[in-house]
Amino acid sequence: MMESLKAQGIKTIFGYPGGSIMPVYDALFDYTRGEKKAFDHILVRHEQGAIHAAQGFARVSGEVGTVIVTSGPGVANTLTGLADAMIDSTPVVVIAGQVGVGVLGTDAFQELDLMTVAQPICKWVYQIRRPEDIPWAVSKAYYLAKSGRPGPVVLDFPKNAQTSKCDYVPETVNFVRSYIPSPRPKQEKLQKAAELINNAKRPLALVGQGVELAGAHEELKTFLEKANIPAGRTMLGLSALASNHPLNMGMLGMHGNYAPNIKQQEADVVIAIGMRFSDRVTGNLATYLKQAKVIHLDIDHAEINKNVQTDVAIVADCKESLPMLTALINEADHSEWIESFKPLRDKEQEKVVNKALHPTEGPLLMGEVANAVAEATKGMGVTVTDVGQNQLFSTRYSKYNTPRSIITSGGLGTMGFGLPAAIGATFGEKNRPVFAFMGDGGLQMTIQELGTIMEYHCPVKMVLMNNNFLGNVRQWQNMFFQKRYAFTHMLNPNYEEICSAYKIPYLKVKDRKDLPAAVEKALKTDGPFFLETIIMEEDDVMPMTAPGASVNDMMLEKEAN
Amino acid sequence: MEKKLYTILIYSENVVGILNLVTAVFTRNQVNIESLNVSPSGIPNVHKYTVTVITDEAQAKKLVKQIERKVDVIKANFYVEDDIFVSEVALFKLSTSIVMSTPDISRLVRHSGAKVLEVNETYTTLQICVKPDAVTELYKKLAKYKCVLQYTRSGVVAITRDKVERVSEFLKEQENQQFDFLEEGINSEEC
Repeated sequence: MMESLKAQGIKTIFGYPGGSIMPVYDALFDYTRGEKKAFDHILVRHEQGAIHAAQGFARVSGEVGTVIVTSGPGVANTLTGLADAMIDSTPVVVIAGQVGVGVLGTDAFQELDLMTVAQPICKWVYQIRRPEDIPWAVSKAYYLAKSGRPGPVVLDFPKNAQTSKCDYVPETVNFVRSYIPSPRPKQEKLQKAAELINNAKRPLALVGQGVELAGAHEELKTFLEKANIPAGRTMLGLSALASNHPLNMGMLGMHGNYAPNIKQQEADVVIAIGMRFSDRVTGNLATYLKQAKVIHLDIDHAEINKNVQTDVAIVADCKESLPMLTALINEADHSEWIESFKPLRDKEQEKVVNKALHPTEGPLLMGEVANAVAEATKGMGVTVTDVGQNQLFSTRYSKYNTPRSIITSGGLGTMGFGLPAAIGATFGEKNRPVFAFMGDGGLQMTIQELGTIMEYHCPVKMVLMNNNFLGNVRQWQNMFFQKRYAFTHMLNPNYEEICSAYKIPYLKVKDRKDLPAAVEKALKTDGPFFLETIIMEEDDVMPMTAPGASVNDMMLEKEAN
Repeated sequence: MEKKLYTILIYSENVVGILNLVTAVFTRNQVNIESLNVSPSGIPNVHKYTVTVITDEAQAKKLVKQIERKVDVIKANFYVEDDIFVSEVALFKLSTSIVMSTPDISRLVRHSGAKVLEVNETYTTLQICVKPDAVTELYKKLAKYKCVLQYTRSGVVAITRDKVERVSEFLKEQENQQFDFLEEGINSEEC
C-alpha cells in the first residue's frame, strides 16, 4: 500500500488510526520518517475533519486528497464528506480499514457494510480482498478520482489483505473500458453552438466550477473576450473568472448579485460552462431561461437536460471544447448589452452593498468583515467558508483574482466544513493566506480541529462571525415562519479561553474602526490566528430569491411579513 | 408527458455490488421496477440487465444517463415496444386433480403453447415462453379455475431490433482508443 501510494506521488495524508487499519499505520510509521520517508501524515481530531481537510487540499491544489481511517465508525465519520465531495466534484481517495474477509457479514467488532453504504455517494468503491490487488486498485482509485468529472473514491481494505504477504508489482491504470473520462467534442454541435452565439444579440455565459476543475481559466477568458460575452459565475465557480475582469457580471444564485440573476432572463443565448443548473441558481424552473437558446458545455453527459432543457449540448472537457468553440465564433461587440447590467448593479450597490459594507453605526456586519479581508489580501487569498450566512456574505464580498481561491460546500451545504477544509488548504497552498470564514454554529460542529491546527501550526486565519444565532435558519424563520425562532439562538462559549487552551493567537473585534488593524494582524502573524468578530445578531443576507420563486422576483430588500 | 412501459437494457462489468448501484438509481428517482432480469451476456465478463419500468420519456432518458455514468456500467439504453423483441418464461404449478376434472384447463394449456414439464398425482408443472402480456393473461385464466398452486416469472428479457450491436461497437471503439493511447505513449517516449 505504501509503495502504491508513493507511486501516485502522494505527499500528504489526512487520517486517524484505529483497530482495523493498524497494519497500514504500522507501515506508515516507516514511510513518514527516516530514509523511507515519503509522506506527511496529518493526525486530525475526528475522521470528518480528515475528509474535509482532504477536500480543502484537493480544491486548492487540484491534486487528489488522501484519507486513511479505520473501519466502522471511523469511515462512517467520513460519509458526510464523501457525499459533499460527490456533489461538488472533489477528487478524494479514502482508504478505510475493514474487518477480515473471513468475518465479513458476521457483525464483527467495528464492521460496517461500507460498500453498500458508500456506493451511492461515491464515484467508485472497491474492496481490496487480496494484497496482489493493491497496486491495481490504488492506481485505478486515483485515476478515477481525478479524471473526467472528479469525485470521491473509497477503498475498503479488509485486515487480512493488509497483513498477507506478496511481492510489490507496480501497476498503472489509465484506461477503464466502461468509462469515458472526457468525451471528444462533436464538430456539428460546436458549429451549431457557434451559429447561435454569432447571431446572439444578448449572450450571457454562466460559468461554473467545471472551468476551474479543467484548469480552463485562460480558455474561458479568450472565449468571452473574443465575442465580448458577459458572464455570471456560480458560487463554486467564483474564481474561474477573476472578480476584476470587465466581463465578470457577478455571482449567480439565491444570494448572488442582482444584475446577472435578473439579466439572465433577458439573454437570448445562454452559454452554460461547467455548471449544473443547481436549484439555487435556477429558482423556479418553470420560469427559468424560457426566452433563451441554451448551450450547455459539460464533461458529464448526465448533466445535460437534467434540470434545464438544452438546445445544444457539448459534452467534453471545456479545456478542449472552449478553444474549439472560440475558433468558430466571430469577434463581436455587445457593449450596449453589457452596459444594460449597470443600472441593476447600481441599484444593488445602493440598496444592499453600501449598507452591508459601509454602515456608519450599529454593530459589525458580516459583509464588512469579509470586505476588510478582501481589501487586505487584494483578492489574492484563499476564501474558505463554512455554511450559512457566513458563507453567503463571505462569498459575496470576497475578491477572487487568482484561480482556485474559493473553497465552500456548495451542493451539500455541510456545516462544519470550513475549519477542517481550511486546514487542508494550508497544506495544498503554502504561498497564499487561507482565511476560514465561519459562524458560531458551524465552527462548533468541528471545533475539535483546533487541536490539529495547534499540533501542526497550520496557518489558518480563522474569522469567526459570531452572531449568537444559526443565522441563515433564523433569517428564513424571520421571512417564512412568522419570526418563530425555533432553536436558532445559541449560547456561545468563551472563544478566547478556548484559543488560549489551544495556544492559538486570538483577537476580538467589536468596533468597526478596529477591523482593518485586526485583519492586518491576522495576516502578519506567523501560523494560525483566530479573529472573533462580534456581529449584529439579526442581519439578513440580501439580495435573495425566495425558495421556489422565480429569479425574476429576486428581492433587493426584505419584504414585510 | 405520457407514461408507458420502457425497457432499459444495461451492460456492465461483472463486479461485486454493481446491481445495488444500478437499482439505487431507480430508487433515487422514485421509479418502481416492474421486472428485472440479470444474466451473463454473450460478451465475456459482461452482464446484461433487462429492466422494465412505467415512466415517461424524459425520466427514462434521465435514468439511463445516471446509470451509464456509473464507472462499471458499459452502456445503458431505453427502448419502447417496437424497438425490441421481448419474451418471458413463466412456470406454473397446477393441482392435478383440478386439471383432470376440468377439461377446459387442458384446452387452455394446449392453446397457450405451454409445455408440460411434469405430471404426478399432486401437481402438474407447465412452462411457457411468450410475451409478458400473454403470461399475465394465461395466469388470469388459470386462476379462475383455482388450480394454480405456484406461479413464477423470469422477468422480461429483450434483444434489440438495431442493425448495429451498440455494446460490441462501443467496446471495440474503446479498445482501439486504448491502443491509440498506448501507441501515442510509445511515440512520445521515443521523441
